[in-house]
Amino acid sequence: MDNGLSRALGGLGRRVTSRVWRLGYASRFFLAILLNSATALRRVHLTIREIYFTGVLSLIIILVSGLFVGMVLGLQGYDTLQRYGSTEALGVLVSLSLVRELGPVVAALLFASRAGSAITAEIGMMKATEQLSAMEMMAVDPIARVVAPRFWGGVISMPLLAALFSAMGIFGGYLVGVQLIGVDEGSFWSQMQASVDFREDILNGVIKSFVFGIIVSWVAVFEGYDAEPTAEGVSGATTRTVVTSSLAILAADFILTAFMFTGT
Amino acid sequence: MSSDNLVEIRDLNFTYDSRPILTGINMTIPRGKVVAVMGSSGCGKTTTLRLIGGQLKPTSGEVKVSGQVVHQLDADGLYGLRRRMGMLFQFGALFTDMSVFDNIAFQMREHTDLPETVIRDLVLMKLNAVGLRGAHDLMPAELSGGMARRVALARAVALDPMLIMYDEPFAGLDPISLSIIGELIRKLNDALGASSIVVTHDVQESLKIVDYVYFVSAGKIVAEGTAEDIKNSKVPYVHQFVWGEEDGPVPFHYPSRPYGEELMGRGAHHG
Repeated sequence: MDNGLSRALGGLGRRVTSRVWRLGYASRFFLAILLNSATALRRVHLTIREIYFTGVLSLIIILVSGLFVGMVLGLQGYDTLQRYGSTEALGVLVSLSLVRELGPVVAALLFASRAGSAITAEIGMMKATEQLSAMEMMAVDPIARVVAPRFWGGVISMPLLAALFSAMGIFGGYLVGVQLIGVDEGSFWSQMQASVDFREDILNGVIKSFVFGIIVSWVAVFEGYDAEPTAEGVSGATTRTVVTSSLAILAADFILTAFMFTGT
Repeated sequence: MSSDNLVEIRDLNFTYDSRPILTGINMTIPRGKVVAVMGSSGCGKTTTLRLIGGQLKPTSGEVKVSGQVVHQLDADGLYGLRRRMGMLFQFGALFTDMSVFDNIAFQMREHTDLPETVIRDLVLMKLNAVGLRGAHDLMPAELSGGMARRVALARAVALDPMLIMYDEPFAGLDPISLSIIGELIRKLNDALGASSIVVTHDVQESLKIVDYVYFVSAGKIVAEGTAEDIKNSKVPYVHQFVWGEEDGPVPFHYPSRPYGEELMGRGAHHG
């Protein structure tokens, strides 16, 4: 009994130590990315290439999802507002929901699944096929040449994708609310313009998506770089990227929201 | 250190997770020579290359390359040394997102300010040396195994290194590609005035081209000499390895309990 208990406690201790050690390693890795970012920013074509792969190639899923989320918001919002006789506020409901919350959060979750997993798999495969070792032996630092451009590509892409998601969502809400259901077009747009504040709503949404961009890109490049150099290792790392970054996005969203919108 | 020797390894020990990988290794790679490090898989050959390239640090002892103790160099010093080294990885390790041309131009673009027109000519010259000038615009996925190895060879010598390291250059190649790679290793070494270390378990192909051989078993050097010395070696392990004998010091069977006992199920752990 005592032996069983001490083994269980020992196992728990080892797991906790290992998690803390990994978090420390990930933090040092993040610092190394920042210190080695000069190459990625000076040779801007490296980062632009990554913006294309992570940002431009994610456009379809972001735009289509944004449209549908906006359309659903239009339907649900109209149904609720109708009970209070204020359907002309549909534009406000759709736009605030999107720019404050759904735009940054849903776009980041989609970005983690579409681009984060791809970044992890690519870096993991480069490690498994010794491409990163080859680069080191050529006196080229893989963190500066491979990791940092992918990190910054993700960080830059994320707010742009979230903005496009929100814009597309508002358009979806307009299609359903105004064109399909028949809410007054003038009220829809004018109430939206009057109620959405640039600093309080839009800027805070942009800050959120920027933070989410850092989280997803950091997790994705770290998991790829730290992956076991086997097919199974890369597969596990890709899964961890999606799970870890999704949970981290939701947790960070709560913290940011608490700071940004409490008391307003 | 003698100026005739490019690499000197003295009393090198390397331990991983308290498991000894290399024990008491002493090796010398003279300038201009091609030296093979032979032994079966997992005996520590590739670890030796990584210690020379500074990707691993020795537990004790030292590796000197061109008079510099590798593990004492700082990051800048190590990268400076690596610019004068070339390495061919086991399966080429070509950058899969770049064309053949860009793979070979990679180091030139990273480490020199040469104009693109000069880089183009240099890349085509390197590719011509390995017979693949016509393949410069292909992607790595479009190459056969032998072609990929030749491109990797051209990339390893892109900056005319003083030391070229080959990690299993013959693994998984057809007989024609085998002799092409063997010939290229010798010719490129002599043409560049470089020194080469070939880590391999391909006895027949490597003994044709090397000047000297170190034989490693279980992390220790068990024999050394010229190709002729190795062929005539009386060391049981070397004899078994060179002549491909099924049983000998390296047993056919993985260590296990007696066969009869296992089949009769006495003390069985399974089922």
